[in-house]
Amino acid sequence: MDNFPRAKTAVVGAATFGLGEAHGYSSIEMAAHAGVEALKMAGLRTSDVDALFICLPFDAMSGISLAEYYGIHPKLTDNNRTGGSSSVSQMEHAALALEAGICDVALITYGSNQRSATGKLQTPVGLGGVESVYKPRNPVSSYALAAHRHMHEFGTTREQLAQVALSARQWAKLNPEAFEQGDLTLDDVLSSRMVSDPLTVRDCCLITDGAGAMVMTRADKARDICKNPAYLLGAAAATTHMSISSMPDLTRTAAIESGARAYAQAGVRAADIDVLSLYDAFTINVLLFLEDLGFCAKGEGGAFVSDGRIAPGGQLPVNTNGGGLSCCHPGQYGMFANIEAIRQVMGLADKRQISDVNLALAHTNGGNLSSQATAIFGSSSTV
Amino acid sequence: MSNPIQAEKEYREYLEQGRLMLLRDNESGKCMFYPRVVAPGTGSTDLEWVEASGKGTVYSVTTVRQRPPSPGYNVSLIDLEEGPRMMARVEGLAPDDVKIGQKVTARFIQEDDVALVVFDPV
Repeated sequence: MDNFPRAKTAVVGAATFGLGEAHGYSSIEMAAHAGVEALKMAGLRTSDVDALFICLPFDAMSGISLAEYYGIHPKLTDNNRTGGSSSVSQMEHAALALEAGICDVALITYGSNQRSATGKLQTPVGLGGVESVYKPRNPVSSYALAAHRHMHEFGTTREQLAQVALSARQWAKLNPEAFEQGDLTLDDVLSSRMVSDPLTVRDCCLITDGAGAMVMTRADKARDICKNPAYLLGAAAATTHMSISSMPDLTRTAAIESGARAYAQAGVRAADIDVLSLYDAFTINVLLFLEDLGFCAKGEGGAFVSDGRIAPGGQLPVNTNGGGLSCCHPGQYGMFANIEAIRQVMGLADKRQISDVNLALAHTNGGNLSSQATAIFGSSSTV
Repeated sequence: MSNPIQAEKEYREYLEQGRLMLLRDNESGKCMFYPRVVAPGTGSTDLEWVEASGKGTVYSVTTVRQRPPSPGYNVSLIDLEEGPRMMARVEGLAPDDVKIGQKVTARFIQEDDVALVVFDPV
């Protein structure tokens, strides 16, 4: 058991900007917009920010870039490069810095214009030559290899994988911010274009623009500036590999480790969680994370998501914003997984709001199932 | 230290000669892939090149689809007889017919001016 400062810090502002298509904006403009909106929600300005956490797609020094852009001189800048899991790691590190008194207001922001700028998934991740010579279409092929292994070991079916996409679309229809709102059927998913077997284009996340930001302060200040802060009860990360050929077991991710540590920090169990955000870059992710985070036994994820269990009206609400599959996926979806969990705790999820949310879990993923980071948020009743 | 190992360069040079060589950690006796200058997990630098038998088993498989009429092609993860796992391509079967558990054996080719190991079904 570590000494993570449980509930000593909280998110007091969270905002998105330009989800879907944001023509004409650069990535830093989008991140800057989202940051200012999140600060406004907490009654703060950029001049109040003394710790800046950011990760822009193609700016290896984006922490410094955004400090210049905002014209502020933060005590701490961070540019975490663990892909989609970076924003949870940034919250973890922000909590430690806030608790230590190194900073008072931490802004975590992300933005990407990948869809309108290139139309392609922007991923600066380079794979070693030992994989690239065989031309896997990464990241899809890496996740496809994991999906096939899961099917082989546990009898998981393409129909079960498709249930994840169908549930996400049903949630998206309740979220005006979601990019994909159209009807989606099982047959649509199964018969859509195969990208890397067994994953079709509908098993893959969207390629959109989007920015998001979160503001964190110590809990004492949070209570003064926010009616319903989302207290950070736990945040932990783990990694097992970078390239898929170095993953020890393709059906067991480092979420087993990050989740266990986050639960221990928060003092809660899977059964206590009211609503989940799981980084659904591909449908297989949701099965793996439900299993690895203890919501069902290993291998049972496929059966678990059947019968609408994670869809609106089901027993376990997962990805209530529509997820990366139907809401948005601007290269690194982790920020948006966090923001949806935070909105559920703050009671700001409108038509998709789950009643009486006290505990929300956001699990994020980076690389090729490589980096796993889990955050647990709580309402004031959990403090 | 005498002649510190240049794992990537030496691996490629062996491959050019049509040899799939693995680095073995003499402390643990385990082979690694890809070749590194220290053994993963232990940090051992007591390393030695050993020649792989070329025998392996398909651990997982995918077919990468291309825009028609370009055909899809196989990408597999192969568990080598010596223990480590590598990414490679299985040839000699239609991509959709490559199954997990398939026994395979290595063959060396040149592709885009690069020496490459591919695998054939046994």
